Amino acid sequence: MRLDGRKWDELRPISLEVGLLKNADGSAYIQWGKNKIMAAVYGPKEVHPKHQVLPDRALLRTRYHMAPFSVDERKNPAPSRREIEISKVIREALIPAVIVEDYPRTAIEVWVEVLQSDGGSRVAGITAASLALADAGINMRDLVVGCSCGIINSQVVADLDDTEDKEGSGDMPVAIMPNLNLVTLLQVDGIYTRENFQKAFELAIAKGKEVYAMQREALTKKFFGGEASSVMEEEESA
Amino acid sequence: MIPGDVIARGNHRYGSYIEKRGDEYVALRVGLAEVSHEGVKLNPLTGPYLPRADDQVIGKVVDINGFGWVIDINSCFDGFLPASFVFGREFSPATHDLSSKFRVGDVLGARIESFDRSRDPQLSIRGEGYGKIAEGEIIKISPTKVPRLIGRRGSMINLISERTGCDVQVGQNGVIVVVGPSEGIVKTANVIKMIDKEAHGATLMAKVDAYLGGSNTGS
Repeated sequence: MRLDGRKWDELRPISLEVGLLKNADGSAYIQWGKNKIMAAVYGPKEVHPKHQVLPDRALLRTRYHMAPFSVDERKNPAPSRREIEISKVIREALIPAVIVEDYPRTAIEVWVEVLQSDGGSRVAGITAASLALADAGINMRDLVVGCSCGIINSQVVADLDDTEDKEGSGDMPVAIMPNLNLVTLLQVDGIYTRENFQKAFELAIAKGKEVYAMQREALTKKFFGGEASSVMEEEESA
Repeated sequence: MIPGDVIARGNHRYGSYIEKRGDEYVALRVGLAEVSHEGVKLNPLTGPYLPRADDQVIGKVVDINGFGWVIDINSCFDGFLPASFVFGREFSPATHDLSSKFRVGDVLGARIESFDRSRDPQLSIRGEGYGKIAEGEIIKISPTKVPRLIGRRGSMINLISERTGCDVQVGQNGVIVVVGPSEGIVKTANVIKMIDKEAHGATLMAKVDAYLGGSNTGS
């Protein structure tokens, strides 16, 4: 039993919503435990400054940012070393899924804004960002979904919250493309035995697929108002 | 269908927004899939306008340079209308005044002459129905809904213009110009917004008919 009463392999409560921001081309909002994160996608649009243009593909810009009020003690709104790094890993986690070659000479911007933070905000951010990209109608090979695992008292556990992340002895965020069965993000800190690494990695993938089901449901809900009606209309048009 | 979903297996012809992996056909967009003897098709429900050759578009002049007009076509690429397409082959920047033909802010109907990955789309106004649009109300909708607004062989758009007494010009880029009496324009705008919102319901045609029919008999 863990601090918040969860079992070792239990996820925190997750809710997802797609398309809340009117002015963005695509958007998604995720609540994952105490995380509250908004993701917005703008583009494809013209690249400025012009020297950054990529002639054969789109430039994917990501910004992970924590609002000053997202943590207990006010956070300086200037991007920190940590936020710059997370922006980079989010971009690299998303880019294998986005078909950037379909949008040459353009920029696609992904904004991940953490309104309230808890453990595992980068994987929650990736999960929301890939929904926002799908909502924006950018061609994608697959959605991207993340989940983290970690080590507490040499025991592998799923989905660390903030306290577990800080007090535990290891954290492993993983992002996957669930249909392609490919890993797009794998970060590890802490010391793992071979067995624990394997166990944590496999658990993160299994839990990620659980989150994927919720991601699917959120996207389907926005566009088809539920899975059942989408199947019906497809048959009708066929 | 959402990105990553398998639409069909086997050997088919397939359209845009679909990728073939082995014998699987995978959706790249949120959309409705159609599998028929013609092949696998995906009608996307969301997405930006990407120019295609021969598309009819409506755009606004945003800049004039020595060789033509730069036109905003509601896409991530600006359209370019070369002056030689308008003045003919004898065009020379020294003798012709481009702003005498179209000024910045003018709205044009145009056709995409050519577009490829390496260059911005080139427009042309040769042909009937193209050129400057002098008056009308501009409405923008999502470009993915344009086929629904037009309907099978223009059935939807004909119904709307017939019932409202308005002339409706639709660009593939999601820009629409409505000309006619002001009550008609209001009605048309409402119907177009309704189509944009509920485009993929099976009863769309009936809904539009009811809305226009009902308000027509009322007035």
